[in-house]
Parts: sequence; structure tokens; C-alpha cells
Amino acid sequence: MTTTSKSGGRRAGLLGWLGVAPFFVFVGLFLFLPSVSLFVGAFQTQEGAFTLDNVRSLFEAQFLNAYRTSILLSALTAVLGGILGGLLAYAALTGGTPRLVRPLLTTFSGVAANFAGVPLAFAFIATLGTTGIVTQVLNSALGLDLYGRGFSLFSFTGLALIYLYFQIPLMILVIAPAIDGLRTEWREAANNLGASPGQYWRYVGLPVLMPSILGAMILLFANAFAAYATPAALTSGQVSLAPVLIGQFFQGDVLADPHQGYALALGMVVVVGVSVALYSLLQRRAARWTR
Amino acid sequence: MKSAKKLSLTKIAWLSIGVLYFLVPLLATLQFSLQEGREGYGFGAYTYILTDPLFRQSLLFSFLLALATIVVSMLLLVPTVYWVRLKMPRLRPVLDFVSIMPFVVPPIVLVVGLLTLYQGAPSWFVATPAILLCGYVIHALPYVYRSVDAGMEAINIHTLTEAAQSLGAGWGTVLLRVIVPNLRVALLSGSFLTLTIILGEYTMASLMLFNSFAVYIAYVGQSQANPAAALTLISFAITWAAMLGLLAVTRRGSRGGAEVQAQIGGAR
Repeated sequence: MTTTSKSGGRRAGLLGWLGVAPFFVFVGLFLFLPSVSLFVGAFQTQEGAFTLDNVRSLFEAQFLNAYRTSILLSALTAVLGGILGGLLAYAALTGGTPRLVRPLLTTFSGVAANFAGVPLAFAFIATLGTTGIVTQVLNSALGLDLYGRGFSLFSFTGLALIYLYFQIPLMILVIAPAIDGLRTEWREAANNLGASPGQYWRYVGLPVLMPSILGAMILLFANAFAAYATPAALTSGQVSLAPVLIGQFFQGDVLADPHQGYALALGMVVVVGVSVALYSLLQRRAARWTR
Repeated sequence: MKSAKKLSLTKIAWLSIGVLYFLVPLLATLQFSLQEGREGYGFGAYTYILTDPLFRQSLLFSFLLALATIVVSMLLLVPTVYWVRLKMPRLRPVLDFVSIMPFVVPPIVLVVGLLTLYQGAPSWFVATPAILLCGYVIHALPYVYRSVDAGMEAINIHTLTEAAQSLGAGWGTVLLRVIVPNLRVALLSGSFLTLTIILGEYTMASLMLFNSFAVYIAYVGQSQANPAAALTLISFAITWAAMLGLLAVTRRGSRGGAEVQAQIGGAR
């Protein structure tokens, strides 16, 4: 017995590394090396010499604005999507709603969270574009000329409205387990001790949910920040976003120094990296209540 | 009693607003896709799309690429996750870390990195969908890893392995005939998720200049508004089909409580 387990152990040592090698080689070749080559490129001139100019120029108005708009748009839709998605999930998942609502909501959220990018942009053009149905109905029925009043689907507000279409469902999917984790006993205990619903939320419900809510909002932020297809499909937009800017650098539309593009990509990775790190921290705190 | 009734009224109001926000764009797209000429309605946009050879080509391209992504991901991940759980548990945090990295390096960054690094690579790799496939495997990694890992968590791989080995099974037999059949549900749900994501992926395909399904949708949208609306609904239906497939699989596997896996960074 001891000899077999010993030989098994030794074989695992050698075979072990062989067993995991294909995966790590693949990830190394197609995830780490490409990323590293970008980061190195961000600190190089076109001739290959070391420079900080590319990274420094990220703080010039043109690029800084793209980042600022991207961050603002992602933060706004993360907070709004988080609040609306959270309320929707709470309304649908807690007591009193028909049984059918739950699977319907989670399935639809799964679809809507996936129904993004180019088709989503077109759906909103058909709805709120210049010749969109809602635009026309509002104009003819209520005399409300959206575009005359300065609204545009291709503006910051328009993009935010579109982003919410995948942010809210994502929030519902992410927050549902935490809402399920709210035990009815807690509410009953609070009730028995004479707490009002407001007090229950202030001292029990929200403190328990807070790490999950914040974590989910960070996830939503990273999700919106990385979005490329949706804003790229609305090309006529005047809104300059970081991912779209990077895309332009490498699509031949712009004859520009690719190393500037690498620096832009590096900036994106830094922003998303910080949010993912924050997310895993909050996730650990939230796990205390879902055990 | 009174407060319960009031609460349910607010609930109904909230749910109705939510339903409206999510349904109106779909209905508007439907109406748009059925418009013909100034006043008429018809299925012209749909016949146009369905008879367009580019539609079938691009959909087939994306579908085959999704299948290839699923196969490669599973071949890479199933043995690795199994092996790490069984023999090298110290590597698990490393796997966890690696599998969230594709979130940190978004598709738009990854595609630029791949294009830069493999600029001068042989044309059988760079000029064929092989390079896109590699990018997609990375893109799908978080979802596939989570499915496979959760699947392994749910079965006792140590006992299964020992039982199989004591009956004389080699490693290949253990993996293929004992572990994989027990992971069926996890592998299928991971596959459906990957299918959905890859069918809608636009960023990498468009920057690598491949005519994927999403690239085709964007191309149609540049010139023809009504067929683009029809195409939008067709792609919505495809997403539904894949999601229902995912749900059917997980339903059957775990008794109730099946949730659609949440995900970020899909086809945005």
C-alpha cells in the first residue's frame, strides 16, 4: 500500500507538471505574452527605445477626455443599473410574486445580458433613433420632439440608456443569490423586537447586502468600461470612449503611432484591474453571509 | 395586511416599468423589421436576410468557430482542472487567478496584443481563423473554467478515481469514461454559454477582419435599416434558443434552483 501510494506520488510530481503544461502554455502564448508585449510597447518609441512619452500623453486632453467619458458612463450605468436592477430583483424574487416570475426573470436577464453589442444598438436605433418608433409616436401623439429638444441616441445620455439594457439584467443575475440569502427569520426577528421596516433595512438588510451590492456595481462598471461593440456600432456618435479610441488606432482609420495605442490599452487594463481587485475583496466580505 | 397590499402594488409598478423598458425596444425592432415602403408591412426584410448567402456563411463561420472554441476549451480545461484538484491542490489559486485574467484584459486589448505579437507569424496561423480561435478560447476561459470547476466540486473525483483505478482503469479511462460522463451537465452548460458568447462576439472578429455573424450584422446595418432590424431579432432569437438550452440542461442536472450563470464581458 505504502509503496503504491509512494510511486503514485512520485509519478504525479513529474507527470503532474506535464498534465497542466498544455493549459499554462496556451494561456502564456495567447493571454500573457500578448498582454506583456502591449505593456512593453507602451514604454517604447517606434524605434524601440525606452520612453515615458506614450504613457505621459494619456494625460493630454484628447485621451484624458476619452477616459473620463468612459469612466463616467460606466460609473453612471453601474450605479443606476445597480439600483434599478437591485430593486427589480428584490420586487420579483421576494414573497408574494407568482412562481412563474422567477424563472422568467432570470432567463430573460440571461438573454438580455447577452443581447448586447451590434444588435442592441440597432434595436435602440429602431426605438429612439431619429426615425425610431418611440421618437415618432412621442412626436405625433404628444407633440414631444425628442431630437428637437436636444436628445440624441448617439450622445452620452443615449449611450447610457442603451448600456442599462445589459447592465440591469446583469445586476439581477449577480444580486439574486444575495437577495435569496436574506433570511425571513431575520425580518421576523426584527419585527418581533419591534423594528419598523425602515429600521430593518437600515440595521439588518442593507448592511448584509452592502458588500454584494457594491461588488456587483464594480462588476457592472468593469463590464461597461470594456464594452466596445455597442458604442462602435453607433459610429456616428460624437462620444469618444477609451475602447473605441483603441479600436480606431488599429483599424487603419488613423495613421498613428501604434505605441500610443498600446499605452491606451495599458490604461484600460489598469482601470479594469483595479476594479476587479476591489471586486474580489468585496466578494470575500460578502461570502460571510452566503455560507 | 394593509402594508402587504401596498407593497405588492409598488412591486407591480416596478415590475411593469421594467417589463416596458425591456420590451419596447424589441417591439419597435419588430415593427421596424416588418415595414415595407412608406405604409405597407411585409416579410421582405426577412426573406432578404434569409436568402442572402452572406447570412448563412457568416452564421456558419461563427457557429463552427464556437464549436471549435468549445472543443479546445474543454480539452484544455477538463484534464487541467481534474489534475490540479486531484494531485496539485496548491495550484488552485493560480488557476482561479488565471481564469479571471480575461476580464482584466478586455477583448479590445487582447485582440490588439494578439495582432501585435503575432504580426510576423506564419500565415497558416495569422491568415486563418486559427488566431481568432485562440483569442476566443481565452475570451471564454472564465465561463468554461467556472462551469468545469463547479462540476468537479459537485462530484467526488478522489473516490471516483480510486474506485476506477482499483478496478484497473488507466488515466485515460478514468478521465473519459468516469469523470467526463459525471460532468455532463457542467460541460453542457459551459458549452451553451460559450456558444452564446462566441455567436455574438464582434470586437475581436472585426479587428482581425473576419466575417463573423456580428460583423455581418454591423455590415448590413450600415446600409439597410429594415433588414438590420430583422437580423437583430433573428440574433435575439438565437440568444434565446441558446439560453433555453442552457436552462434545460441545468434544470435536468440539478433539482431546481437552476440559475442562469451571470457573466460580464460577453459580446458587449
